[in-house]
Amino acid sequence: MEFATYVPIGQYLPSDSAVHRLDPRTKIVATTVLMVVLFFVSTFSGLGLFGVTILAVLAFGEIPLGFALRSLRPVVFLLLLTVFLNTFFAGGAPSRTLFTVGPLVATEAGLRTALFIGLRLLLLVAVTSLLTFTTSPVELTDGVEWLLRPLRRLGVPGHELAMMMSIALRFIPTLLEETERIMKAQMARGAEFSQGNVLKRARALIPVLVPLMLSAFRRSEELALAMEARCYRGGEQRTRMKELRWRAADSVAVAVVTAACVLFLRVR
Amino acid sequence: MPEPVIACEDVTYIYRRGTPMEAPALRGVSLAIRPGELVALIGPTGSGKSTLIQHFNGLLRPTAGTVRVAGHDLWAPRADRRRARQQVGLVFQFPEYQLFEETVRRDIAYGPGHLGLGEATVAERVDEALHLVGLDPARFGERSPFTLSGGEMRRVALAGVLAMRPEVLVLDEPTVGLDPRGKEEIIARLETLHRQGLTIVIITHSMDEVARLADRVIVLAEGRVVMAGSPAEIYRRDEDLRRVGLDLPQAALLVRALRARGLPVADALTIGEARAAILAAFRG
Repeated sequence: MEFATYVPIGQYLPSDSAVHRLDPRTKIVATTVLMVVLFFVSTFSGLGLFGVTILAVLAFGEIPLGFALRSLRPVVFLLLLTVFLNTFFAGGAPSRTLFTVGPLVATEAGLRTALFIGLRLLLLVAVTSLLTFTTSPVELTDGVEWLLRPLRRLGVPGHELAMMMSIALRFIPTLLEETERIMKAQMARGAEFSQGNVLKRARALIPVLVPLMLSAFRRSEELALAMEARCYRGGEQRTRMKELRWRAADSVAVAVVTAACVLFLRVR
Repeated sequence: MPEPVIACEDVTYIYRRGTPMEAPALRGVSLAIRPGELVALIGPTGSGKSTLIQHFNGLLRPTAGTVRVAGHDLWAPRADRRRARQQVGLVFQFPEYQLFEETVRRDIAYGPGHLGLGEATVAERVDEALHLVGLDPARFGERSPFTLSGGEMRRVALAGVLAMRPEVLVLDEPTVGLDPRGKEEIIARLETLHRQGLTIVIITHSMDEVARLADRVIVLAEGRVVMAGSPAEIYRRDEDLRRVGLDLPQAALLVRALRARGLPVADALTIGEARAAILAAFRG
């Protein structure tokens, strides 16, 4: 049983590709814009082009396709549920019936909507994974902090928010490893996690969740202590080892993403 | 020779297989653990010790090779891995972090509770396990495990595995992070269990524990078995040990230092042996 392998969501894949070297601000803004645009794309060809663009960025970022596909695994259930619900319930009245399952009627319009929304959900997860695959947590924090700077006047604690985010990201793999370790320890004591009905399975998780919570609290206390021991006191007058630097490549990337967005929205 | 309780044949294991971060942890490990022996598994950090013992009860599936427990291939079709988990009691590193119940008694009952035993039998086993780790059931049974000291918590966790009555007890660094008294309590309990006939495999970084406890030593380095033999045989090859990043027990180092200074002391591995050897040398 190996856990961390199968859930690479939010995992950074170190490399020195062109995409990795872009300024984190470029990547954060580009991802955000792409996510918003995704909700305005109204045609299948638009979504198709969006998908091709993601594949291209994966190639430029030297991310193996298999690795990227695995990041979609956690949303498979949600995806199937969405497709199922839409197929049967989203079709308007004046639509051709495709097939029926008991009292459920699948309509052509319903199926279209289902596929469209399913594809959109898939692309949404893919585009966000792209950001975390190619941007280290430190860069991500620096980028977010810089982007939140204008809000400081309104009392938004940009640095603290960014720090919290990066700590959360940093601890996802750690907590997964911990979960795996505790599950194995309980399996060594005869526990089974993949048998029985839903209720039984949920109950089987208590011996995992209790130690996991305890260890998460212990870790957070240790981390807070270690940060204070090194005089951490928030963002005031804090300098950085790596300054963010805007390069020509970033301008090119922004231009390309903008052009692509227009294309996604316009294509028929 | 009796049939081995655990037998590994050419076991290979690769972490994160099929991703760019693929890393081989075991490269063709073959070994056999025989009934009644106490085997120390030593090796530098990252040599694959912890990965190896997770193969002993079927928690990890070897990428290649076979693992047999009491003669049964764990990964044959229809293999009963739950039974293997009862036969091979695995105690992980820092096992006190797996405690979760409200009382010590209930936590220890978690393991035997999965074996389909009656309530009375489970209670009996819990008492027996508490005695085995030297905790009085009347005093500790109804306490919350989280109010105990580190050493006590670890012994409760150990009891949680012993209560399943395993045929082999496998422990990953059972004394790490404990104070000297906590360490001694665990080691003394293991000695007693071994004397009573339990087969034990222990991963440790303490050469003194190896010298004191082990009938046989298996040295792992970079996912391979590089040496195997009695402690005396292994410690005779101190050059080879140092090459993989290990060293001799303190007592052995002491007698060697004395010999280098001209005192004719015989070889010794434990403090007791060193004491006898040094006294003998002085009496001449």
